[in-house]
Amino acid sequence: MDLSMRWLSEFVEIDTDAHTFAEDMTMSGSKVEGYQTEAAEVSNVVVGKVLSIVPHENSDHLVICQVEVGKESPVQIVTGATNVVEGALVPVALDGATLPGGVKIKKGKLRGVVSEGMLCSLGELGLTTHDFPYAIEDGIFLIEEECQIGQDIHDAIRLNDTCVEFEITPNRPDCLSVIGLAREAAVTYKKPLRLHEPVVKGSGGDISEYLRVTVENPVLCPRYTAKAVKNVRVKPSPLWMRERLRASGVRPINNLVDITNYVMLEYGQPLHAFDAKYVEGGHIIVRNAHEGEVIETLDGVERKLNSSMLVISDPQKAVAIAGVMGGENSAIMDDTNTVIFESANFLGSSVRVTARGVGLRTDSSARFEKGLDPKNTYKAVMRACELVELLDAGEVVDGIIDVDNSPKEPTVIRFEPEWINRFLGIEVPTEEMVDILTQLGFTVEGDQITVPSFRGDVEHKADIAEEIARFYGYDKIPVTAIRGVAKAQLTPIQKFERTIHQTLQANGCYEVMTYSFISPKYYDKIGLPESSPLRDSVVISNPLGEDTSVMRTTTLPSMLEVLSRNYNNRNASFFGYEIGNEYIKKEGQELPDENAQVTIGLYGDCDFYTLKGMVETLLERLHVKTFDIRPETEHPTFHPGRCAVLFLNDVRIGILGEVHPTVLQSYGIGTKAYLAKLDVNALFSLADPVVEYRPLPKFPATTRDLSLVCNEELPIIEIEKTIRASAGSHLEDVKLFDVYQGAQIEAGKKSVSYSMVLRSAESTLTDAEADAAVKRVLKALEKMDVVLRA
Amino acid sequence: MKTALENIKSTAAEAIGSCDDPKALDALRVRFLGKKGELTAILKQMGKLSAEERPVMGQLANEVRAAIESAITEKAAVLKEKQLAEQLRAERIDVTMPGKRQVLGKPHPLTLVMDEVKEIFLGMGFDVVSGPEVELDHYNFEMLNMPKDHPARDTQDTFYINDNVVLRTQTSPVQVRTMETRRPPIRVISPGRVYRSDAIDATHSPLFHQIEGLVVDRGVTMADLKGTLEIFVKRLYGEDSVVRFRPHHFPFTEPSAELDVMCFNCHGKGCRLCKGEGWIEILGCGMVHPTVLKNCNIDPEEYSGFAFGMGLERIVMRRFNIDDLRLFFENDQRFLDQF
Repeated sequence: MDLSMRWLSEFVEIDTDAHTFAEDMTMSGSKVEGYQTEAAEVSNVVVGKVLSIVPHENSDHLVICQVEVGKESPVQIVTGATNVVEGALVPVALDGATLPGGVKIKKGKLRGVVSEGMLCSLGELGLTTHDFPYAIEDGIFLIEEECQIGQDIHDAIRLNDTCVEFEITPNRPDCLSVIGLAREAAVTYKKPLRLHEPVVKGSGGDISEYLRVTVENPVLCPRYTAKAVKNVRVKPSPLWMRERLRASGVRPINNLVDITNYVMLEYGQPLHAFDAKYVEGGHIIVRNAHEGEVIETLDGVERKLNSSMLVISDPQKAVAIAGVMGGENSAIMDDTNTVIFESANFLGSSVRVTARGVGLRTDSSARFEKGLDPKNTYKAVMRACELVELLDAGEVVDGIIDVDNSPKEPTVIRFEPEWINRFLGIEVPTEEMVDILTQLGFTVEGDQITVPSFRGDVEHKADIAEEIARFYGYDKIPVTAIRGVAKAQLTPIQKFERTIHQTLQANGCYEVMTYSFISPKYYDKIGLPESSPLRDSVVISNPLGEDTSVMRTTTLPSMLEVLSRNYNNRNASFFGYEIGNEYIKKEGQELPDENAQVTIGLYGDCDFYTLKGMVETLLERLHVKTFDIRPETEHPTFHPGRCAVLFLNDVRIGILGEVHPTVLQSYGIGTKAYLAKLDVNALFSLADPVVEYRPLPKFPATTRDLSLVCNEELPIIEIEKTIRASAGSHLEDVKLFDVYQGAQIEAGKKSVSYSMVLRSAESTLTDAEADAAVKRVLKALEKMDVVLRA
Repeated sequence: MKTALENIKSTAAEAIGSCDDPKALDALRVRFLGKKGELTAILKQMGKLSAEERPVMGQLANEVRAAIESAITEKAAVLKEKQLAEQLRAERIDVTMPGKRQVLGKPHPLTLVMDEVKEIFLGMGFDVVSGPEVELDHYNFEMLNMPKDHPARDTQDTFYINDNVVLRTQTSPVQVRTMETRRPPIRVISPGRVYRSDAIDATHSPLFHQIEGLVVDRGVTMADLKGTLEIFVKRLYGEDSVVRFRPHHFPFTEPSAELDVMCFNCHGKGCRLCKGEGWIEILGCGMVHPTVLKNCNIDPEEYSGFAFGMGLERIVMRRFNIDDLRLFFENDQRFLDQF
C-alpha cells in the first residue's frame, strides 16, 4: 500500500519527517518498506511567464524567449518548442537545475545566442498527460494551475508529496486504506483522528427507477449496496485528485474511474462502476456462475467460470466477476449516461478462490480476499457520490440499494488487564490500555471490549494483548530468561547420526545435500525395471517441473547427479556422502515412511575396496559388529561382478558396489564410480554400543603365516570364516596379506596368504600349541578344497 | 726420559689437535696410550731409573697420560658434535614443500551453521525434535490456525500430494506433534527440510531448511521470548549485536513479531546489504496463539508459550557472503571445500 502523506494529513496531523514516520509506524506494527519524495530529482525548476518570443537569427526552428522568473530581470531562453505563446506559464529549468534521469541544465549558447536555461515538457519533469490531461505530450508544459511566477515547480503544480510504501499483513485489510493507516498513525502519535462523514445533496429521482437487486447467495455476498448517478459528465479529475492518485501509484484516467479508485484507496472498499443501460431489465442478480459460463473482463480477456464462482449478472448475462473485475459488456464509455456505483461485500475465501481460479488478481480481489468490513459499503458509496457532486461529474439519484445480510453481532472480548500484563511481562496501567483501545476504535465498558467491525482479525484476548503491546512499544517490553530447569540433550539416534558425519568426513567424504524430489525419469537412468516397486513414488500434484515432481524412493540418483556434476565440472576426484530420506509409500498409511539413508558416492582416486574399507570403518565406529557381506549380481544400478549387500542378523542393511557402466553412461560419468547406501535406522537398531574393557595382554603373541591355494571362484571371506571357526580360542586375529594368481599358480586357482595371530591370556603360547591350531585350521580348510601352497 | 715424555706429550697434543676424524683419533689413542703404545714403551724403561728418579718420572708419566687422555676425550666430544652437526646439515629438508595429507571431508555449510544453532539451543535447554516432511494438511495448516481457505496459505506456496497431504511448508507441524505427545514444560527446536513451490533461482529454492522453536509452560511471557531470542542472536552473531523486535503477523502466534538485527555493515544507517533499511530481518516469532494451544489440548488459561522460526539458508548466505542459493544443492567440491 502506497500512502500519500498529503492525503494522510487530511485525517491526522503528522509533524515528523518521513524517515522518523517510517520508523515509528514500523515499530507500531505497520511495516514501512520505503518512502519517496515526488520528483526528488527535480531541482531549481521554477514557474516562468513568457514575456516575448522572437525568431532566432541563425535558425528556422529555434525561437528566443524572454521569461520572467521572479528575478530582477527576465531570463533569456532559446527553445525549439512550437507551442509556447506569450503570456504562458511554463516550467523553467534554470542554470544548474537537475531533472529526472540525472540530467543537468547549464547556461550555454545555442547557435550563438545565450540560453540561460530550458523550458520543460511534462516528460522532462517525469510526468505524463495522465497527470496533467490538459497538457500535450510533445511540447512545453503550459501550466494552467494557479501559481506564482518564480514559484518552485514542486509547490506550483503540487509535485511535492511524499509516498510511503507499507507492507500490510493479510490480517489487516483495514490498513489497505488511507483511513486505516491514519488510525494507526493517530494512535502511534497520540493525535486525534479526523474522520469525515460523506454528505450527498442528491438531485431527486429514485434509484428504483434504474435498478433492483436480488442476492441469490447471501453467504458469498453478505451485503450489496449501490447508488445511481445520471447525466454523467466524463472528464479529467481535478489536480488535487490526480495528484493523490499518482502519489498512491494509481494512474488517473477520468473522473468516474478516478472516483472509484480514490474511494477504494481512502476507505479500503473496492467500488465497481458500470453503465446502467447494459444491465438488462435494470435487474442485478448476484448469483453463482453457471458451470463453464464465459465472461469477457475489462482487460479484454475471456474468462471461463465455474459454479463455485460468484458473478454480478442481469437476467441474461454476467456483467462482472464479483469482487474481481467487471465485464467488458457493461464498461463505462464516452456515451454513458447513467452509472451504477456498486459497493458490495463478498466473502473473502470465495473471492480468493475465484481470483485464483480465473488467474486474475486485482487491487479489488486482493482486498476482498482478506475479508472486508460489511459496514464500510455504505460509507464508501456515499463518499463516491459526494465526490461526484464535488467534481460535477453527474447528478446523484436519490435512494440507495442496500441488500444487507451481514452479521450484526459485534465481537465482544473480556477485558483482563492483569492477564495482559502477565502475558506480556509488562506493567501497563489499565487506563493506558483503555486509551489505546479506544483510540483504535474499540469500545471498552467495564470488563467488556467491543471490537469494531473493521477489525475482523481481533477475536481473543491475546489479540487485545497485541494491540496493547504494539502501542506500548515492543521495545519497552523487558528482556527476561525462561524459568524452570533446562535439561536437554541429543537423543541416541541424533548422536548416532553425528558419529556417521564425523567418521565419513574423517574418511575424506564431503557432506552433500540434495533435493528430496526427483524426476520419475531418474528411475530409468539408474536402470530400475518397469516392474520395480520403487517406481511407486509419492507424487506431487502441483510440481514446479518434472525434475522435481516425485519424492525419491531411492537416494542413488541424487548421489549420481552429484558425482556427475563434479565430474563434468572437472573435479579430478570426489568423495561425498549424504544422510537423507527415502520416501516409501505404505499400504494403509496416509503418509509414506521416511527412511533415512546414508549414501556414499566416490570416483577418482579409489576403487571398490576403498569404498568397502570406508563402510567397514563406519560400521566399526558405529559399533555394528557382526555383519555379513554377500555378492549381489542382480541390482541394475551396479556392476554385477562388483556389488555386495550387507546383512546383519539376516536383515539387509545396505548395498555397495561399482556403478554399472550403462548407468555411468546415462549420467555422463566417464570414469568408474562407486556407491554405497546404508539404512540409518536399521544400523542404529542393530548397533551394540556397549563397550567392555579387556585387559591388555600379559603374554606375547605367536604369529603363523599360511599360504594357501584354492579355487579362484571361492570368496575369500569363506576362508577367513573357516579359519576363525576352527583355530580355537587362542586365535586373536586373522589378516589377509596377499592374494596372487599367475605363473606359479595352477590356472583356475589362486594363492591366498593369511597371517594368524595366536595368544593365550594365561601363559606364553608354546610352539606346539600354535602348531596344533594351524593343524586344526588346515584340516578344516581341506574340506573346502583349500590346501597349503606347495 | 723426561725429554722423551715431553716429546710424546707435545707430539700427541699436536696429533690430537690436528685430528679431525673419530677413527684417526682412536688410532692416536692406540698409538700413544695402547698396550703397545709409545707411552707404555717409555714406561717399560722405568726399571732402568734410579729410585729417586722413578717417582718423579712416574708422576710425570701419569701427568702426560692424563693430559693425552683428556685431550682425546675432549677431541672426541668435539668430533662427535661436529659429526652430529654434519649429519643434521645433511638431513636438512625443504620444509616449505607441501605436507603429506590425509584426505579430509567436510560438513556441508548448511550443517555447519545448523549445528551451531542447535548447540546454542541445547545449551538453553531445548531438545531437538523432528517429524515427517510429507505431512498432513491437518498438522501443517489446520492445527496452526490456518483452515483451508485462510489467506495466509497464499503466502506459502504449497506442494500438494493430495487434498490432505502436503510437503510441509514449515517445521511448525513438528511443534504441533510435539505438543500432542509431550506435556508442558516443553522446550524444543525443530530443524529440518521444508518445501515451497518457488522456482529455483539465486535466492529461491523449492527446498530449504528451517529451524523453529517452541516453549510452553506456566507463566511464559513475551519478555521471556525477547530474552531467549536475544541471547540466541548474540551467541550466533556476537555479543555486540543490536536487536529489535517489530510487530508482525503470523496466524499461529499472537502477538507476533519479527526480530531484526542492526546491519553489521552500516550499523543502522542503511546500505546496500540491508537494502537501505539499516536492519536485517532474522526470524519471526510470537506468543503461541491460544487456538493452537487449544487444538493441542493444552489449556491456554493455564499455559502460555512462544514460538519462533528462521530460515537456515539466509543465515548461512549472510555468514559466508554467498550470493547464490543454488550452490548449496549443486554440491561442487570446489564450493564444499571452502567451509
